[in-house]
Amino acid sequence: MSRINLLQTYGPLIEWDWISENFVEDILPALQGHIFLSAVSVAIALAISLPLGILAARYRTAYAPVTFVTGLLYTIPSLAMFGILITVPGIGIGPRAVIVALVAYSLLVLIRNVVAGLDAVPPETIDAAKGMGLTPAQILFGVELPLALPVIVAGIRIATVTIIGIATIGAYISGGGLGKMIFDGINRGFPTMIITGAVLATALAIVADVSLLAVERRLRPWARTRRA
Amino acid sequence: MEAIFEVTQRPNFPELLQTHIVLSVVSLLIAIAIAIPVSLAVRNTPLGSAIAINIGNVGRAVPSIAILALALPVLGFGFAPSLLALTLLAIPPILINAATGLKEVSREVVDAARGMGLSEAQILSRIQLPIAMPVIFAGIRTSAVQVVAAATLATFIGGGGLGELIVEGLQRSDTPVLLAGSFTIALLAIATELIFGGLERAFTPKGLRLARKKK
Repeated sequence: MSRINLLQTYGPLIEWDWISENFVEDILPALQGHIFLSAVSVAIALAISLPLGILAARYRTAYAPVTFVTGLLYTIPSLAMFGILITVPGIGIGPRAVIVALVAYSLLVLIRNVVAGLDAVPPETIDAAKGMGLTPAQILFGVELPLALPVIVAGIRIATVTIIGIATIGAYISGGGLGKMIFDGINRGFPTMIITGAVLATALAIVADVSLLAVERRLRPWARTRRA
Repeated sequence: MEAIFEVTQRPNFPELLQTHIVLSVVSLLIAIAIAIPVSLAVRNTPLGSAIAINIGNVGRAVPSIAILALALPVLGFGFAPSLLALTLLAIPPILINAATGLKEVSREVVDAARGMGLSEAQILSRIQLPIAMPVIFAGIRTSAVQVVAAATLATFIGGGGLGELIVEGLQRSDTPVLLAGSFTIALLAIATELIFGGLERAFTPKGLRLARKKK
């Protein structure tokens, strides 16, 4: 098929009228759904990764098996992961399967960064805290975790950007979000929908990346002064 | 379980597997052929490597299904558009890692080599490339695993591959077909990860391996 034929079949690449007409009814909800899916998944993944990461940092023998299993999960292609998850009783087709998959994909990066962040806390600082009579819980929450926070946020940033991309594929198993516009666009042969979904998903990933990077820098004032 | 295994005995299964592998391998090779020379060209100019790395970063933020779907209105259905889209997807990780790896070979080492009278070509082949090799290979590994995963999506634009089994399984509510496709793709991705992980270790120069062990 020649290119001219294609353009005739598909019409112009972007119909701005369609965008302005459907902005409130279709585009905005898709964007909100996408943000919701990604945010919920990162939050759940963090709730799992923080305790697991703290444990793995304390009991080193657990670290290798934990990264092996989460690394395996991370390697499984998303469409295959969705395909397996929807056959699991209690999950089925829909946002639930997408969220489970997105959580699974976040674990490796998050746990790895929690451990790396805790590892980077200078032992002298912990000794000083002990010498001041702080309890182990106080040391963990008052000294170690705050110092590890920039590295943990760096993990959250990478996980979020990855998840926003993968969530688009979740639309194929009725997860909703911006991917639905892309798949609907493919099915209807309507490039405007594909491009709108694709551009918004990319923009969302970049905005998340840049803003979490800003948070990371703010949490690490010593790095800023050193750079200057 | 048996029903899943039966699907892999179907006459079209080898063809789907083959298309999947050909799509992945060819696009990865083209991506390497583009990303590595570009990274080499910008290796000594900080601005050039910064531009290459930033283009790579933006490229990574574009969802894989978006790149494949965008190939559709421009290039149409089929194998070739899928191949092009997968190549575009495969470039960023290699570009980022190769440009970063080459940039981070320490200035002093390169200066010392120059002081010893090595030519630019010798500095590249004996100093910069060996030191950057593990990072470059890590990029190729990321890219390979990503391409195997994205090739699953080629089915949406008529590119074939194992994704067809997942689509068929879902549309007909045929669980064995769905799971046969999913498990094969998962295994293929894990195998890719392991193979490239091995290559990465094999291509790490002995000196670097020793230095790492010491740590």
